[in-house]
Formats: sequence, C-alpha cells, structure tokens
Amino acid sequence: MKVLVPVKRVIDYNIKPRVKADGTGVETAGVKMSMNPFDEIAVEEAVRLKEKGVVSEIIAVSIGEAKAQDTLRTAMAMGADRSILVETDVVTEPLAVAKVLKALVEKEKPELIILGKQAIDDDMNATGQMLAGLLDRPQATFASKVEVADGAVTVTREIDGGSQTVKLALPAIITADLRLNEPRYASLPNIMKARKKPMEKITPADLGVDMTPRLSVISVSEPPERKAGVKLDSAAELVSRLRNEAKVI
Amino acid sequence: MTVLVYLDHEGGVIRQASRSAITAAAKLGDVDVLVTGPDAAAAAKSAAAIPGVKKVFAVTDTTGNSELAEPVAALLAQLAGGYTHILAASSATAKNVLPRAAALLDVQPIPDIVAINDAETFVRPIYAGSALATVKSADAKKVITVRASAFDPAPAEGGSATIEEIALPAGPGGSTFVATELSKSERPELESARVVVSGGNGMLNEENFKLLEPLADRLGAAIGASRAAVDKGFVSNEYQVGQTGKIVAPELYIAMGISGQIQHLAGMKDSKVIVAINKDPEAPIFQVADYGIVGDLFTILPQLEAELDKAG
Repeated sequence: MKVLVPVKRVIDYNIKPRVKADGTGVETAGVKMSMNPFDEIAVEEAVRLKEKGVVSEIIAVSIGEAKAQDTLRTAMAMGADRSILVETDVVTEPLAVAKVLKALVEKEKPELIILGKQAIDDDMNATGQMLAGLLDRPQATFASKVEVADGAVTVTREIDGGSQTVKLALPAIITADLRLNEPRYASLPNIMKARKKPMEKITPADLGVDMTPRLSVISVSEPPERKAGVKLDSAAELVSRLRNEAKVI
Repeated sequence: MTVLVYLDHEGGVIRQASRSAITAAAKLGDVDVLVTGPDAAAAAKSAAAIPGVKKVFAVTDTTGNSELAEPVAALLAQLAGGYTHILAASSATAKNVLPRAAALLDVQPIPDIVAINDAETFVRPIYAGSALATVKSADAKKVITVRASAFDPAPAEGGSATIEEIALPAGPGGSTFVATELSKSERPELESARVVVSGGNGMLNEENFKLLEPLADRLGAAIGASRAAVDKGFVSNEYQVGQTGKIVAPELYIAMGISGQIQHLAGMKDSKVIVAINKDPEAPIFQVADYGIVGDLFTILPQLEAELDKAG
C-alpha cells in the first residue's frame, strides 16, 4: 500500500515571526525554516505504518519554492522513499494545494494520504479536508490514533470535549493531530541516505492547476501589545488585588 | 445578503461560541442556521430562540451520519446556493466540515476571523497570533470560521425562528461513524468559562496537575493546560490552550507553571486579567501578565486557596 504525505516548509516553530515594515507580510528572508511540525507527525505515522509492514512505499510531496526540497530531504531522512517537488513561487492557498494533491493522487494512486492538520504559518487547517472533498473520499481529521486493517482505516479523532472514532474505506485522507505520535529525529546516516533518494521536480502547470490565490492580502500588522503588569510578593496581595483592583473574583 | 451559520450544540443546547458566530453573521446580513447531530431536534428549538435567527434547518438523523463531515459538507454545499456567506464558530466540528464544503464550492475558506471590515474583507490571526492579516476574498461565496472570543455572543432567548427539517443529501461516502466518547466534567466549558486555571510544565506530573482542581472548584473555573503539559501526558489534549488547542478569553486567566511559549500566548492573551505564577522570573508569561508572583507554585497554591477562603 502506498502512502502520500504532503509536507510544508515554514518558519521554524521556535522562531518568533516578524512583520515586515511595509506591512505586506511576515519576514522569511534569512529566517530558519523547518518542516511544519504537524507534517512531521504525518511523516512519522507513515513511517510507523511502513515499519509495521502495512505500507510499502511512502511518497513525500511539497508544493512551494525550490528550497522546499530541503523539507523533502528531511521527510526522506525520516523514512519517506521518494519525493515530488511541485515548484511554485505563488503563495500556496489550501484550495490550490488541494487541487495539486488531487492531481498527484490520481497519478500515484495512494491508498492513504496523511497530512498535518494545520500549517503553523497561515494556520488555515483546511488542506486535508479540501483534498478529501475534491476527491469525494472519506476523511478523518485531527487523528490521535490510526489503525489499518482489512482494507479500512479506523481513526480516533480529537473533538471538542472528547474523542470520536470513525472507520474509513480506502483510499482515505487523514490529518494528524499532536497526540498521534512523537516524530523521530533523522539520524546522520539516514540524512546521508536521503540525499540519494529520488526527487521528481514538476510545476503546477504540468498538473494543469491554476495556483492564483483567491485571497488577496490587504495588510499584515502586529497584534496590539499587552503590557506587563506588576510582580507581587504574596498570595494575600494577589487575592486582594484581584478582588479590589481588578474586581474579577 | 443572507448568511447561513452552522451551529454547534451540546446535548441540544447551542454552544456560546456558536452564538458569537451569529453575532458576526448578523453584521453581514439576514441569518439562517443549520443544526445536525444527536439531539438536533432540541438544538433546533434552542437555535430558534436566538434573536436574529430567521430560519433553522434541522437534520434529525439518528444514524450517526449527521456526525460525519462527508454528508454534512454535501448538505452545506447544497444549501449554499441561497447564501452569500457560510459561517461557523471555530470549533473542531466546524473545522472538520467547512473546508470540505468550501472545496465542493470551489472556494478558499477564511478561518478564525476576528473582525469583519466589509462583506469581502476580514481580519484573521496568522503565525499563532504573531501577526494579523487583513484579507479580501475574490470568491463569489465566502466560507468563514469565526473566533468566538472576538464577538459577543447573541442572547440565548427572545427570538422565534421557523424550523424546517431537512434530510442529508448524500450518504456517508465511505465513512462509518463508530463512537463518540465525551469526557464528563462538572466544570464550565473551557472556551466560555469566566475563569480559567491552567497548568504547565511546572506542574511536573499528572498527579500534581490534579492539585489545580480545588483552586478551579473554588473559583468556578475551567481547567486548561499548556502544550508542554499535554505533550507530557499530565492531561489530555482537549485541555490544551493555545494556537493548536483552544482559544480562550476569560475574565481571569491563572497560569500556573506555564513559561508562556508564543503558541500558548496566542490562545489566551485576549483574557481580561492574566495572573502568572512561575519560579523563573524571566519566563515570557510575565510579559503579558497583569499580576505575577515569582516563586514555587507548590508553596503558593495552598496559600492562594487559603487566602481565597479567608476573603470569602
């Protein structure tokens, strides 16, 4: 069984993004970039399924600028077998990305597509659901547990106030939530090996997809700053301030 | 303009967050709503009582299919013909269903809006709230989720909308509902609680995390957690406050042993009053806290409870 895992190159989780002075976006030049953390969880889950003998091949895909090949190398160092870079300089919106992925799914015919639930740059939380809609295939978002058996996948999903379990016929789309697994670090030998794994390079036009964004960014600004308050010496003083000054208890 | 709002409910009562989405929708035009899932009949009555709602569509399907994204997204796409905007509060349910419906409509969704500039232009946080983007949609219809903390909830009572039962237009599409497990809690819902007591890495372990319960009970508070506390298994994911968890804006937020990672701050920095108790004086949480105490939380926590009891 083949698995397709889309991965996105984003500003590293630990870096505080800075709004550009001209208000057109967030500065990415000279900033450390990494694989979107939820996509790491998706790659890890695919690799674990392969280690269990459920999956035979893992294909990592990234849609973005040429440097996204670093992210694909990371995916292959974690255990993906090969990768596809769909190169574009256009801002990648979930709708367009889902269209690219739909074309790749129709070509590669994977039985599972595992995505991160959300990219930590645009925070859209949409691509997996949109891909499932375009393909008219079942979806399980925010997965915390995935079990493949007898041509179906049973997924426990995070919902508000608890969890929900659904069973999906394959092919199916899964989006990974935090608790699904803890992604591994790629070892140095595996990083070396990943350099020799195949990477195909294509463009959205090769797949007949128009990437033109539907949302135009009017401006990007800093959120209003919250000011630091006062440090207190005791619980007694805190309770007194909450009661008499802030009047919240 | 007419807006369709997909409502969340719990046991037939419309969630407060969904009433905030109705407030946002009313800024755009006339409001119709859709309810699905178990207890949809009761939820329809609850929805019809919200002032400003004109018509309630109710899917009273007891097969479990109405809890699946596949048929509900198909229904939203079918109903979309009569509406300029489709809205929902940013909940796990809405985030599961709305993007799928948007794909069926060939629309790029606009998630988590915090302000409406006009019918096409919206403000939404990006990068875990490190920036606010104002975006204008070129799509004929807009599919939007609303960050509930940015809009006051519509009143629960006073309206009298008509109710129309409606069937799901499609089958489950290869998906089978197996079960839902809700954790039982006597405490208020995290996203609408007036007070939230949250614990972080500084709680050290699952057992210690429970020490927050008496304080939360004393204050009538919901319990929250940082991502570090969730990752280490002190509590389950549904307690997580942050960009990748719940977004809260209570009147009082008490952060115990939480350092204040940017992704946590994104989930609580709109709280009215923030209290931080942490042994590290340099912890970033103090930069947003109105009141801070530097010290050992295991010493301060019982003192805090004693002072609250004393104060009445």
